[in-house]
Amino acid sequence: MPSPRTMVAAFGLALAPATFAAAPVHEFTLANGLKVLVREDHRAPVAVSQIWYKVGSSYEPSGLTGISHLLEHLMFKGTPTVPGGEFSRLIAANGGKENAFTSRDFTAYFQTMEKERLELSFRLEADRMRHLLLKPEDVTKEAQVVTEERRLRTEDQPEALTQERFHAAAYVTSPYRNPIIGWMQDIQAIRPDDLKHWYQRWYAPNNATLVVVGDVDPAKVRELAEKHFGPLPPSELTPPRLDQEVPQLGERRIVVKTPAEVPYVALGYKAPTFKTAAEDWEPYALDVLDGVLDAGSSGRISRNLIRGSQVAAAAGTGYTPTARLEELFVLEGNPAPGRTSSDLEQALRAEVAKLREELISAEELARVVAQVAATDVYQQDSLFYQAMRLGTLETVGLGWSKFDNYVQRIQAVTPEQVRAVARKYLTDDRLTVATLEPLPLEGRRLSAPAAGMDHAIR
Amino acid sequence: MPRLNVLLSSLLATALLLVSSMAAAVPAIQNWRTTNGVSVYFIPARELPMVDAQILFNAGSVRDGERPGLAKLTSGLLEEGAGDWSADAIADRFDQVGARFSASSRRDSASVALRSLVDPRYLQPTVETVARLLKEPTFAPDAVERVRQQMLTALRDRAQSPGAIAQDAFYKALYGDHPYAIPPEGTPASLNAITRAEIQEFHRRHYTAANAVIAIVGDLDRPAAEQLANALVGGLPQGEPVPPTPPVPPVKASQTIRIPHPSSQSHILIGQVGVHRADPDYYALYLGNHVLGGNGLVSQLSQEIREKRGLAYGAYSAFSPMRQAGPFLLNLQTRNDQVDTALQVAQTTLREFTTNGPAPQILEEARQNITGGFAVDLAGNSKLASALGGIAFYGLPLDYLQNYISMMNGISLEQVKSAWQRQVQPDRLITVIVGGDQAAPKPAAGS
Repeated sequence: MPSPRTMVAAFGLALAPATFAAAPVHEFTLANGLKVLVREDHRAPVAVSQIWYKVGSSYEPSGLTGISHLLEHLMFKGTPTVPGGEFSRLIAANGGKENAFTSRDFTAYFQTMEKERLELSFRLEADRMRHLLLKPEDVTKEAQVVTEERRLRTEDQPEALTQERFHAAAYVTSPYRNPIIGWMQDIQAIRPDDLKHWYQRWYAPNNATLVVVGDVDPAKVRELAEKHFGPLPPSELTPPRLDQEVPQLGERRIVVKTPAEVPYVALGYKAPTFKTAAEDWEPYALDVLDGVLDAGSSGRISRNLIRGSQVAAAAGTGYTPTARLEELFVLEGNPAPGRTSSDLEQALRAEVAKLREELISAEELARVVAQVAATDVYQQDSLFYQAMRLGTLETVGLGWSKFDNYVQRIQAVTPEQVRAVARKYLTDDRLTVATLEPLPLEGRRLSAPAAGMDHAIR
Repeated sequence: MPRLNVLLSSLLATALLLVSSMAAAVPAIQNWRTTNGVSVYFIPARELPMVDAQILFNAGSVRDGERPGLAKLTSGLLEEGAGDWSADAIADRFDQVGARFSASSRRDSASVALRSLVDPRYLQPTVETVARLLKEPTFAPDAVERVRQQMLTALRDRAQSPGAIAQDAFYKALYGDHPYAIPPEGTPASLNAITRAEIQEFHRRHYTAANAVIAIVGDLDRPAAEQLANALVGGLPQGEPVPPTPPVPPVKASQTIRIPHPSSQSHILIGQVGVHRADPDYYALYLGNHVLGGNGLVSQLSQEIREKRGLAYGAYSAFSPMRQAGPFLLNLQTRNDQVDTALQVAQTTLREFTTNGPAPQILEEARQNITGGFAVDLAGNSKLASALGGIAFYGLPLDYLQNYISMMNGISLEQVKSAWQRQVQPDRLITVIVGGDQAAPKPAAGS
């Protein structure tokens, strides 16, 4: 029976040999500033092509929230040479899957097609990077579609509604206080001119990254990229004012009252990310901490709160270390029948306190490492995910190679470091708590409320 | 615009040429039986050192009888204790080797899925764990109670979701006394009434070799795949095959159900009884539906409801075939005061499509999307495993993947049109509308 420390080492050696490593990334930059990343994956005769823009809801000023997402919708509405609707029709008629997504820190468009169709993707994406029409009648209609999207995803979803207000309460000055989809009143007030300015400001080759993963030849990809994106002029980029979150001065609490059946509570602690951390290792330690709480059914939340004390019917954690700005480390859940949100909040806080007071066990650490190492292999099964990871890292300014040694960095985290980040960041003065207080479904809403989601998808 | 048409036809022509060369790339399915008779479907995928396996049982909610929710409760309890392992021990066994495990159930089937690295140090303990929880789940009383409470909470969650309320009402109206009307999530009364003995009996009856198939995709040679299949399901008792699911009677008359809900949008579901998985009309219906509402923004429903009128974020239609006839369902959500308009547009679009059939050029583009996208649909072990699971459970031919593109290419416009006219009756539709009152909303700020 090996000691737990030996087991960690054994897992590391076993799961990270070179043969498991993903194919290398080919990187080049066109003269106009467009960065291109290519990874070969020859398992199937297909390729995914994604174009990433450095703009998202966290770039938006007050009054124009949701403009990045609305613009994403309008990107399908036509250019002088490709009329509205034609983009989607052409991709579909060529066997392609396409869509787009907007997040806090990026907007991205993708097509997945048989590999010989890559040029069609490039031609159409290059065209709409600089030549979008933005007709006023399209803006009006698409804003209506987005308000329907907002009703569907946020207004009529008690937990999403609570999460939206939770973020709005947690942040005072950070743009992360605003929902990606935008506040309803902003979506309805954005003018065509606002969109034109937003488009001209951010949609340029020197503010974009093109990522291709699949059964392709990097030299051929380069040739096609030069041909279609090469002629596009760059823009003079003026970075947005970076609104740092002002330091939090004590715990914040909000209640959201809305017709619902199931109570819900969310706790968020201000936490650093790879971009903002004082110490390079801190986000890795928070990642391990996240895993100790909620990686698989063996995590402490499942073990202690769902199975053990049975205070939670469902619960989990969330932390995005790749966020561009200071992030929330979130713990959330639904109390089990007969238990209250307050009971669940206390139980979650007790788990956090334990992490501040005690070292995690070697077995727990080994389990998290094993899962991270295995996941690193599983993720290579998805072309889309591989491209997504490269695009995210590059777009938030970490560089696409940031995670090349991710498994090793996770393996290097110690129990002492996990306790250190818990003590430093998971403290009451950095905490915001939001509680959903269900009103009877027969009742009416108090007022028309609003959203919080990781990605708003077209 | 002529320029574009030229371009398009040249691209489409290229597509046809490519498709034939792609067919060769579709992997062949290997099939055999374990010693206790479980049919094994296997596709080797040697590039990544991992394996996916899915075991499907004739153990869905269609078998619930008087106890809606029984199949799901049984499935949810598998990982909550087996042999002398507690739920904690099972969770540790999976997580310490980085394995993924899930159990789920639907109307026809219940299944477990595992994903593991192929190195025997990780795969072997994972396989032992799965084999034991399929064969010897303990259904400990405290676990039964806990999962029952979780399912009751999930039911309350459905009660606050206009979309879920609409789905439940639709299936109830569509299937009447047929067991497909049973909500897989159960009902509060039924969940509270289910006993441990009933769960044990449900498991004994359904989780047997006679009711199982297994699908495997991964980095294994044939002997290793045989060994894996035997290790996972070779120990299951033989059992008796379950009786066949009865055929579904057609909808006799139109019916509209309105359910008030304090939501800002109304969810609209329109549909009728569709076809079963082996119905020869299914592919013509599927191809036609790609034109009507199955191909994202390009489809007619999206065009009419979203693109032209801005009435909804999503407007889709789909056939969901099952062992017996699954639903044909059209689905959209719109602001409460727009319900009548949206409903009318949806009904008109459906009626015109059924009457006239698709335009030739539009049908060809839909076909190109399906055949040209086939390689994309199968790219990756995950997608292959999912397709293979369906082939295994519904007993589709072993050359199904090889023949798919040529079969799609062989369907004529007339076949599409006649299949739709045979199977879809726009004058006999179930319509469900769940939402708030239809008063006009306050004028928007700034508009």
